[in-house]
Amino acid sequence: MRRQGRWATLVIAALVLGSAFPFFRAIAGSLTPEAQLFEGAPLWPSPAVLDHYHALFTERAFWLPIRNSLVVAGATTLFCVTIGSLCAYALARLRFRGKALLLGVILAVSMFPQIAVVSPLFLLLRSIRLIDTYPGLILPYLTFAMPLAVWLLVGYFRQLPAELEEAAMVDGASRLRAFREVIVPLALPGLAATAILTFVYSWNEFLFALSFTLGPERQTVPVAIALFRGQYQVPWGQVLAAAIVATTPVAVLVLAFQRRIVQGLTAGAVKG
Amino acid sequence: MPSAEPRGVERREARLAYGMVAPAVATILLVALFPLSWTIWESLHLHDLRMPWLGQPFVGLANYADVLGDRRFWGAMAHTAWFALASVSLELVLGCVLALAMNRTFRGRALVRASILIPWAIPTVVAALVWRFMFEGLEGWLTHDVLAWVPVILADTWKETPFVALLLLAGLQGIDPTLYEAARIDGASAWRQFRFVTLPLLMPAILVALIFRTMNAFRVFDLIYVLTGGGPGTATEPIALYTFNSLMHNLRFGYGSTLSVLVFLVTFALALGYIRLLGRELTETRS
Repeated sequence: MRRQGRWATLVIAALVLGSAFPFFRAIAGSLTPEAQLFEGAPLWPSPAVLDHYHALFTERAFWLPIRNSLVVAGATTLFCVTIGSLCAYALARLRFRGKALLLGVILAVSMFPQIAVVSPLFLLLRSIRLIDTYPGLILPYLTFAMPLAVWLLVGYFRQLPAELEEAAMVDGASRLRAFREVIVPLALPGLAATAILTFVYSWNEFLFALSFTLGPERQTVPVAIALFRGQYQVPWGQVLAAAIVATTPVAVLVLAFQRRIVQGLTAGAVKG
Repeated sequence: MPSAEPRGVERREARLAYGMVAPAVATILLVALFPLSWTIWESLHLHDLRMPWLGQPFVGLANYADVLGDRRFWGAMAHTAWFALASVSLELVLGCVLALAMNRTFRGRALVRASILIPWAIPTVVAALVWRFMFEGLEGWLTHDVLAWVPVILADTWKETPFVALLLLAGLQGIDPTLYEAARIDGASAWRQFRFVTLPLLMPAILVALIFRTMNAFRVFDLIYVLTGGGPGTATEPIALYTFNSLMHNLRFGYGSTLSVLVFLVTFALALGYIRLLGRELTETRS
């Protein structure tokens, strides 16, 4: 038992260090002066400078992709959680014909390879002049965000005891009112976890954002970083600074809600 | 519940249900099923945005025949399969080790769980850039046909192992601890306990992780687009990237859609397996 415990500690320490190392390199790189970066970046820079972060917001106008990402991911999340929770409640609690089929379709759609719908979405958005606009990103994002939200929410709603809304309905409340006033407040942690996962997936999305935007005006954070170009070579200092900036909100959300997120992920593993 | 009008109540409930699912269903029809049918339709036509004067004639299965004779397509398929095999097996082994190590109470477990979740949660683009940065310093790796795979597979393993570990950890926590006690009383060694108690009972979780990860590995795009760009040449080009290039760079929408349909079919086959497994799990645990 003793020996086993030590073995486990060693494994965990090794894997945690291993998964932290790339972050350490990225942070170190983002603080390294430009000149040192070109002659092989040192393990830790001396002096550590904030130049790249400064340049990111002055020269690169990095707040623009951040704003775009916030708008697109925020709107997608809001839409999916409201519309999705109605659908999920019906799937979790009400009896109707075609329920199993609908659940199957939703699960199947959540696994659609995005590449399979890129071309028609492009033609569709082009014909209604939505290329390089916010709705032109939010609409495609629903392909993966809507099934994800519904699927996760069905799981959360099923965990709540059915007696609660039955009691409310015996007291004369309608189904919808019982849903709004009894279920929604109780499911709030589940709704929050769903919102966070939907937001994270939308924040991280790359293929659609790359295909349906034309320039910096509407580019999201991942696209902006991936397309960073210097005059002669990749401006690594700024790229890494941007990577850290893009990671921070996601990391904070995940750390704050990790228990809920893990529950949601393992209960209805939809996305990897 | 008053039982005077059970059929009326039932019908009312169903009507309410249809009303509640309608907006989500309409959304999914509009943004997923309609575009997918359109892709299939495109794949049966010649449609080249660079040559609009050709129009969009129906060509039957000609695009599919072309794909079968396309060496770059077969190369991309082979790259994808190889990438999936290498990264998914690494992730499963490491994820299993990590899950076993975490399946005990120790101080700081929540912290460990949180810290391994971060790579999983960050944008794939960021992961790809960080690994490219680390390998760009090493002369010759990213420009070598075979060695260029190393950062790609490492980056994917780094990012996806936590997810596998958490899935397996959930599976481990569902195993009845008295089984281990019984095995210990019978004098089973730690290895035999793992082999004959843990492994068989963990199988469903392992299968779910396996299919799920394989499906995602098959769609790999962001990671390779940013890390190697599919290069050197097309040495690390996966099928999703080839499809993207055919569509958005060469603007061959008919041909690119054909590639899309093939990617879809492979993923769909994997998804069916996944849904059947998950369906079994769901009916066992949730009904």
